[in-house]
Amino acid sequence: MRRWLEVESGVVSGEPSIGQPGGQPIDWWVMRAGDLHRFISLLKSEFDEVIGPVAVDGVIRLRPIESADDLPTGFTEQQETGSYRLLETGTSLRFSYGLGPDSLKSIVHPPRSPVWTMRRHDGTLIVDQALHGTTTRAVIGARACDLRALDILERTQTGGQHTDPAFAVHRQGLFLVAIDCSHPAPTCFCDTGGDGPVADHGYDIAITELDHPNGIVYLVRVGTDHGRSLIESLHLAPAPRTFLEHRDHQHRSISREFIRELPKDAAKVVRLADHPHWNDVAERCLTCGNCTAVCPTCFCTDMDDIVGLDGETATRTRVWDTCFSMEYSHLGPGPHRTSPAARYRQWLSHKLGTWHDQFGESGCVGCGRCITWCPVGIDLTAEVESLGRPVEANA
Amino acid sequence: MQHTSATPIAWPESIEHGQSPSLAVWKFASCDGCQLSLLDCEDELMAVAGRVAISYFPEATTAMVDGPYDVSLVEGSITTEHDAARILDIRRQSRLLVTIGACATAGGIQALRNGRDVDGFTSIVYAHPEYITTLATSTPIADHVRVDLELRGCPIDRGQLLQTLAALLNRHALRLPTTSVCIECKARQTSCVMVAHGTPCLGPVTQAGCGALCPSFHRGCYGCFGPMESPNVPALRTQLGLLGLAGVDIDRLLNTFNTTAFAELEQTQIDERAPS
Ligand code: SF4
Ligand code: SF4
Ligand code: SF4
Ligand code: SF4
Repeated sequence: MRRWLEVESGVVSGEPSIGQPGGQPIDWWVMRAGDLHRFISLLKSEFDEVIGPVAVDGVIRLRPIESADDLPTGFTEQQETGSYRLLETGTSLRFSYGLGPDSLKSIVHPPRSPVWTMRRHDGTLIVDQALHGTTTRAVIGARACDLRALDILERTQTGGQHTDPAFAVHRQGLFLVAIDCSHPAPTCFCDTGGDGPVADHGYDIAITELDHPNGIVYLVRVGTDHGRSLIESLHLAPAPRTFLEHRDHQHRSISREFIRELPKDAAKVVRLADHPHWNDVAERCLTCGNCTAVCPTCFCTDMDDIVGLDGETATRTRVWDTCFSMEYSHLGPGPHRTSPAARYRQWLSHKLGTWHDQFGESGCVGCGRCITWCPVGIDLTAEVESLGRPVEANA
Repeated sequence: MQHTSATPIAWPESIEHGQSPSLAVWKFASCDGCQLSLLDCEDELMAVAGRVAISYFPEATTAMVDGPYDVSLVEGSITTEHDAARILDIRRQSRLLVTIGACATAGGIQALRNGRDVDGFTSIVYAHPEYITTLATSTPIADHVRVDLELRGCPIDRGQLLQTLAALLNRHALRLPTTSVCIECKARQTSCVMVAHGTPCLGPVTQAGCGALCPSFHRGCYGCFGPMESPNVPALRTQLGLLGLAGVDIDRLLNTFNTTAFAELEQTQIDERAPS
């Protein structure tokens, strides 16, 4: 295997556009399995925490990892509406899986986040704002849609007049190692709902796992100076052109795999507030809130206040909320979105419609998480399609 | 986590006057598990004991102070004539009556007897059935007296119990979630057992409060907290059927801890949806 790589590298030396014998900076590097171990060790020494994909409880999740041995080598998954199954591939591929339920949201906008604690002292109340720490985290395994979702989420949390300090701190400490999708799930539709399966911005380092006939290799590129300095310190070989051609070929064949698409008129049809189809989907929807929890851009929260038994202390914690909750729309006289139809409509019309008015883009990146993790397999692309059909045809 | 808004209960007067409110804990047909949840609050129990006068709690103390009581916690369901009379008396003696657990709030597992041949059961189970006097039904406390607050679950969640006591003692609004268990399941980043393993789970129709305990141990939710705010039972039944569960198994799953609650809701929903 070693010899083969040397031969391939030899081919490269004559190609000025990729190779850089003249001291030009390298754009593409090659990693092999051993290099990947070195790379993760380097991340471990550089960051407080390294998070990566791990096969746990039958699902590939983003979890803290110790070494490259924790990666889901030989695992993939099968996803359908309302169904996820972990499978073994019998290969040594480490990243040949489609997205799991975790997005970067869980890290930068965690399900529970302390806001303040209050205590009584000499008859006055003292409020201590929560400190969010400055933990630095390298995350391996973000996909193109995750990076885009992070951008969208960032605009909602720090884009306006009021910045969420917790988000800003968590984001600041984030170092992103993107992995290009090689096996998108059939629930994904990022080519019509988002940017497509290949990360083109928003990463520090991006990696393509190449299932090359001669063996598995990792093609590496960088997006930031920090990423470049880390990669350069590993002294990797530059990637030969043939590998890049193989990469193009791999990506082209993936693009043909997408079977879902978001109708182009989505932003319009989700605003048809009186469409009878909202009642149709409400008969199937459990109003359980799984979709908003796994959606990488849903940001709504509530405050959870707890008073100590002694009455001397209180804590406020910010917790994920969902527009599928009745209490979410509680105004003066009570909840105003009581019917499940009104709640499903809020989710879809915000995500795909009014998000444009609010943030200048769609709130959906086409990751398909809400389709897989809906316990009854409701597929928003199909619901949008039904909303787009003339009303008679729905009856 | 979503909550019902400030619970509309009147705070005991004694709290306003700065005295320790008196607390009584009562048991009806039940397994004692919910009372034990209170005793389980080891770290917090001293703080509770310091703030309330525990006036009646046979499980924990021999002291028995006569009523009236500021707060009564009631565990268990009504299954005998004697208990049906006793709960009326307890209600009269209690400023606030809080029911704790699935037995007290929904009749408990023992409500499986409802609508069945109870005499037949007693004759099979007991050597001397003639000594047994029991009602034909097991009913929740709220069927007999006014209840100020219900804490659900089998058993109750000790965190919810402590929050309730803290809110009562400190005159703080109490908010208990009414959304699905799924919300808590996702918040603790448990992998969904239904989607990832095909394990039947009642989480989507069950009220949050347990912290998604069962799914975190790879088990489906058994529904012990009872129906959430807008449970879509027919839609869940369809999905459980797709997972390969037979109709009778779905019935059994739905009818274990909250024997009639889910079934009644399901019937209402089916009726509502039927074309008129
Ligand atoms: S709406 Fe669904 S597909 Fe779109 S970003 Fe959210 S989870 Fe992904
Ligand atoms: S879709 Fe619902 S939960 Fe998601 S951001 Fe919009 S209102 Fe919030
Ligand atoms: S669409 Fe699915 S995941 Fe979302 S609330 Fe309805 S049943 Fe739950
Ligand atoms: S395991 Fe059960 S409670 Fe948890 S998300 Fe899945 S269906 Fe909901």
